[in-house]
Amino acid sequence: MHDALLHVENLTKIFRTGFLGRGRTIIAVDHVTFDLKEGEILALIGESGSGKTTTARMILKLLRPTSGKIFFMGKDIWEIPNKEYWKNVQAVFQDPYASFNPFYKVNRIMRNVLKLLPNNVRNDAVKRIHQVLEQVGLNPEEVLDKRPFELSGGQLQRVLLARCLLVDPRIIIADEPTSMIDASMRVGILNLLKDLSKKEGKSIIFITHDISQAFYVSDRILVMYKGRIVESGPPEKVLFSPEHPYTKRLISDVPKLHERFEL
Amino acid sequence: MKKILEVQKIRGGYETPYGFVRAVDGCSLVAYEGEILGIAGESGCGKSTFAHLIIGYVKPPLKVLEGTSIIDNTDIYKLSWTERRTKVWGRLVSVIPQYSMNSLNPTKRIKDLVLDVIREKYRTPPPKDKIIEMARVRFEELGLSDKVLDMYPIELSGGMKQRAVIAISTLLNPKLLIADEPTSALDVSTQKRLLQLLYNLVRRKNIVRTLIMISHDIATLRQICDRMCIMYAGKIVELASTEDIINYPLHPYTKGLINSVVSIEPSLRKKVLKGIPGAPPNLINPPPGCRFHPRCPNALPICYKKEPPLVEINERRYVACWLYAET
Amino acid sequence: MMKVSKTRLKHVMGIFVRYKKLLIGTTLVLGILLFCLIGRIVYPVNPRDIAFKDLLPPNPENPLGTDVFGRDVLAQIIHGTLNSLRVGVAAGLIATLIGVIIGAVAGYFGGIIDEVLNLITNTFLVLPTLALLIVIASYVKMRSEWIVAFIIGVTSWPWTARAVRAQVYSLRAREFVDLAKISGLSKFEIIIFEILPNMLSYIVMCFTLQMAGAILSEAGLSAIGLGPSDVVTLGIILRWCIVWEAPRLGAWWWFVPPGLLITLIAVSFLLLNSGLDEIYNPRLRRGIR
Repeated sequence: MHDALLHVENLTKIFRTGFLGRGRTIIAVDHVTFDLKEGEILALIGESGSGKTTTARMILKLLRPTSGKIFFMGKDIWEIPNKEYWKNVQAVFQDPYASFNPFYKVNRIMRNVLKLLPNNVRNDAVKRIHQVLEQVGLNPEEVLDKRPFELSGGQLQRVLLARCLLVDPRIIIADEPTSMIDASMRVGILNLLKDLSKKEGKSIIFITHDISQAFYVSDRILVMYKGRIVESGPPEKVLFSPEHPYTKRLISDVPKLHERFEL
Repeated sequence: MKKILEVQKIRGGYETPYGFVRAVDGCSLVAYEGEILGIAGESGCGKSTFAHLIIGYVKPPLKVLEGTSIIDNTDIYKLSWTERRTKVWGRLVSVIPQYSMNSLNPTKRIKDLVLDVIREKYRTPPPKDKIIEMARVRFEELGLSDKVLDMYPIELSGGMKQRAVIAISTLLNPKLLIADEPTSALDVSTQKRLLQLLYNLVRRKNIVRTLIMISHDIATLRQICDRMCIMYAGKIVELASTEDIINYPLHPYTKGLINSVVSIEPSLRKKVLKGIPGAPPNLINPPPGCRFHPRCPNALPICYKKEPPLVEINERRYVACWLYAET
Repeated sequence: MMKVSKTRLKHVMGIFVRYKKLLIGTTLVLGILLFCLIGRIVYPVNPRDIAFKDLLPPNPENPLGTDVFGRDVLAQIIHGTLNSLRVGVAAGLIATLIGVIIGAVAGYFGGIIDEVLNLITNTFLVLPTLALLIVIASYVKMRSEWIVAFIIGVTSWPWTARAVRAQVYSLRAREFVDLAKISGLSKFEIIIFEILPNMLSYIVMCFTLQMAGAILSEAGLSAIGLGPSDVVTLGIILRWCIVWEAPRLGAWWWFVPPGLLITLIAVSFLLLNSGLDEIYNPRLRRGIR
């Protein structure tokens, strides 16, 4: 249990809205428990309202849990100093255009993250930035001096992955990284994530509503529904022998390329 | 089969501070009565603009440069705006725009929206209760309880809102319905139910005769479409039956697109999908020749210079590619 | 590089041509500035000189006539406009600064800090400025224009604070802020370097509105005798008109110009603001893909 890279135990988040007792309670994440192993891609599948993004934000220390614990390499993440934690755990978010501050050029996002690195590495910054951009399949000259709106969504997501690589984290949380990208560019990002995991040994939590993408990219799948994990297992098992009725419904309702619904 | 839509070489685009965006650059299309036709393409390919140009809904900054659109023997561009509004839109053809379910007036009840739409179409509209009764019947037919008429949009779920929009758009039984991304932003199960609804509209309930569905999601389109038209950078690159597009694509872009679709099939686990390198071109200054040539693995020298024409390969199968056209 | 600046210039000119409100607003503002800055050189008459016969209607020597003391009205208007503008700018800057700081802190931190700052904002909003000013005026006998500007600035910031708070509140939930957090930036670095730059156009618009408001406030204060004690502003001229009963004396050349000019200044800044709003409306800002 504690030898997993990331161990999430009974994680719960309850949002209360309203004032002084007249409010509503929303249980966004309900006693979620799972492990993330080294070098694996774990897919978290859920539709909107399932709690997957809230879970991600808690793992990223952007949100405090109501109860439950998260352990990174055996230590409670809230006892690890922030900068040290984020050197090991980074993220890529859904909307590439919203992930960049429109006021600045693209290179700034790379420079900002250097704050997490020790001083001696910072001196080598330019070389490293070029290196990681090439690693994700981009030409640094074509990309660094541009403004976000001049690049395509696919290019921006690659830059964001390069930004992660600059810090060289053990874990990358990818929250719907391909939802706002066209199909033809999407595959490139999915393949890149696969490479980062198999060739660089990174662990990736791939969050998505699209079960087909999870099937293509992951080693293990967790299905979330109304804040709970209702099914887990390797992709073949979850998709071809699902146990939970929600999973079954999800799979039968997904349009497939080579099959037609009975309408 | 009778032609319900005939679009010839339509060209249009947007005036912007940076130049004129050639969003739809010479597209021709024929749709037949009784069929479900899909228009597929990625963002920026011009499919939504195409829908606007087809029905003649051209407001600045959108400009139509040339071409004709004939819906049920009515030449749209020979009519004035008012004639289009009263005789064509809602009666002959109805468009459900993208994001329409989020554009419902939040301060009006659904029944007030119904009244607004109907009253606009008649010189002497029928009395209010008759309209509401007609709406009630239609709503029930489409799976919405009549309580919905008294509700405000905010009280409805995404799926219900979309159904309401479809119901209101088809109240006058238009011959042709054009739905632009009707299922995006909905969860998977709601999407399936909505596809069922659209299918029923044409095949079972005969409320509309023909449906054109626009989407970026090929797997969704193939569920109900008989034929599919693939658009890229403002041009139609391939038009064929759904089976042919999915299983025997001809145009390199179509092949790349099919090869980018992530679908749940056992064979997919071992396959490495390739996608298409590069990005779509700038439509203010598109590349010369075939617009796809910078990303095409099969580009010939002529592709850099001349645009390929849309050629009929065999019955109702068209491709715009120098690999299949006589130079 | 020359090519780039030429297209940019063309682009900027293109914007002016298309946005009439911006064009008219900017022209008016520039016109007013020119009027009071160049006016003193072109028409070098001392506004305090009692050199002329009193209450003369417009004539070749005094294009706008003279007031009850025999002072040239046009000279007063030229100097008065400049001083009104100075008070307006100073008050506007103070109000914008306070409003941005309070709004940004409240919007970003939320929670109890937000509640407390909201309480303070609402209190100032409801405060009867006039009563406060009368109290201050009774203690501060010699009110310089800067003191008046300070008073106006320190009581008119709530509007900006609320507007800025709302914007910051929505911006802080954006992904680029999350990324800044997990890059190790401190809260203040995020507010100053990530959030505020995105709002620059918005803050400029707040400033133009505050300025327009401040000019009107100064005119109002001066008209009831609580304005600056040592300089001539348009409001002070109006004050004299009231005290010396200019309307009853029929001296239209004395009381019409200041009121007209105050209105013109306020309108031009509001038009400028409206024009800027049209440009910065996100509907138009999406990049071409």
